[in-house]
Amino acid sequence: MGLPRLLIAGLLALLPLAAAAQDSTQKEIERYRQMLAEGNPADLFEARGEELWKTKRGPKNASLEQCDLGLGAGVVKGAYARLPRWFADTDRVQDLESRLVTCMTTLQGYTVDEAMKNPFSSPDRKSDMEALASYVAGQSRGMKLDVPIVHPKEREAFAIGEQLFYRRAGPYDFACASCHGENGRRIRLQELPKLTDPKDAQKIFTTWPAYRVSQGTVRTMEHRLYDCYWQMRHPQIDYTSDAAIDLMVFMAKYANGGEIAAPGLKR
Amino acid sequence: MRRARVIVFAAAVAATAAMPGCATQPPGDDAGARARAEEVFRQSFTRGNRQMAARVEQQDEVQKLCSAWRNQPPKDVAEKIEQAQMATIQYPASGKLMGDWRQGEKIAQDGYGLRFTDPDPKRANGGNCYNCHRISKQELSYGTIGPSLYQFGKLRGADEAVQKYVYGKIFNPQAFLACSNMPRFGHNGVLTEEQMAHLVALLLDPDSPVNK
Amino acid sequence: MADPMRIRASMQGDKVEVKVLMAHDMETGLRKDPDGKLVPAHFIRNVGVTHGGRTVLSAQWGTSISRNPFMHFRFKGGKPGDKVTITWVDNKGDTRTDEAVISAGG
Repeated sequence: MGLPRLLIAGLLALLPLAAAAQDSTQKEIERYRQMLAEGNPADLFEARGEELWKTKRGPKNASLEQCDLGLGAGVVKGAYARLPRWFADTDRVQDLESRLVTCMTTLQGYTVDEAMKNPFSSPDRKSDMEALASYVAGQSRGMKLDVPIVHPKEREAFAIGEQLFYRRAGPYDFACASCHGENGRRIRLQELPKLTDPKDAQKIFTTWPAYRVSQGTVRTMEHRLYDCYWQMRHPQIDYTSDAAIDLMVFMAKYANGGEIAAPGLKR
Repeated sequence: MRRARVIVFAAAVAATAAMPGCATQPPGDDAGARARAEEVFRQSFTRGNRQMAARVEQQDEVQKLCSAWRNQPPKDVAEKIEQAQMATIQYPASGKLMGDWRQGEKIAQDGYGLRFTDPDPKRANGGNCYNCHRISKQELSYGTIGPSLYQFGKLRGADEAVQKYVYGKIFNPQAFLACSNMPRFGHNGVLTEEQMAHLVALLLDPDSPVNK
Repeated sequence: MADPMRIRASMQGDKVEVKVLMAHDMETGLRKDPDGKLVPAHFIRNVGVTHGGRTVLSAQWGTSISRNPFMHFRFKGGKPGDKVTITWVDNKGDTRTDEAVISAGG
């Protein structure tokens, strides 16, 4: 019977069309992103961050220019590529923002509450942290991510982050792995990296912080986690908490070796 | 001689443990990391919504198991989960499993509810279905975390057995697939009976755009 | 005084390619603040680009342009070393002018 074979051939012929339709949507989205990348508003944040870094502020009237981000006091170039990491002075694994809080308190004399009171910009109130993060991250542009997981506390951070990544909870039964545990998936039209696959992690983890057009401001990895937990029907994760930093160390293990393209540009 | 028997016994136990389908150690269970992670979790959600924090701090049995097995439980664990979850499914007392597909489409599009920015208790939760699924032909902004549901009713018909399956799947997806990524919308109190019936209609009603 | 614009001007063939990023909140006047009050409209109304005293681009914007606008355009008649001057004026009468030197390009 020729008919079934014809039917199958017809169906098979349609498959590349369906795939092509998907491809052309992806291509158009990529073309749009390329166009936008030439005018990244994150540039404005980098400039403001550099100014904030060098301005004397706070009760001690000091700048952040002596801040140790892991490569020695005042060394900004390359520091972001090696964060998070363990710090001897605080005996804690810290990410960029946590370290900025440390320096704002020890060098500039702010209290911890003052330093942490405005982590994320709203249209009515700009956050200094986003500008500072943009500046510091930009100073590692083009370098390979090289987050150390060597010190016992760094290794513990990885182990905890791994547990948290798979932790299912709340009314949606969601874990990070629910969206980020498989290749080739997307939520609505937003592609989702498989964060335990270096092929995805190396390309995506390294584009944070980024100017998010939908938010009208630069957002950092701290905000990304806060935003993820919002969608996962969890409450607000504490800014610079151990859970947030441990998750970053976990993700960094798979992202290490990727080229830093921050501050990036995203929807 | 005793030592040899002990060695043989130990080898036999190890061999059994390595057989597929038998419950061995979950991958996520190293040296107390899970307990320490619970403590870190508890200490990291302290300054936001306390009611929501209390809810997520407590994992139920299925959430604990699926976390430990990283959503790939061995066969015997999976079967136990599916049996237990099947027992939780409650069908509407009225027996009416198909509602209005137009309402279903609205529910499928709507992501409102249960986030820390959703304060209005009078507004119904959405089903968020398009985040993960392709559903109607017209909606191009769909996700691919779950399979496409386009033509669902057309391919399977809409008799009572299919209706019961779809309603049950939405109520508790883990009754059919242990550690499924899909939320247990009925069991967890996300959607009401009426809402789930509208979603059944969205998928099965011959007039629904899903089946056109 | 508002934050400076970031301007890049370079030769692309016989045309000058200009990319400018402006720092501006571009409030539509339809947004409510956390207290529920409408945030007044505050947006760039006019943009003018001059080269050698001649206007090469003139634009009238409204509330549909989003925050931190980015503009990319080309014009003829410039050469490396020349200055390009960009000015914006917003609905409150605030204004900002910045200039860039045309580079040889790539």
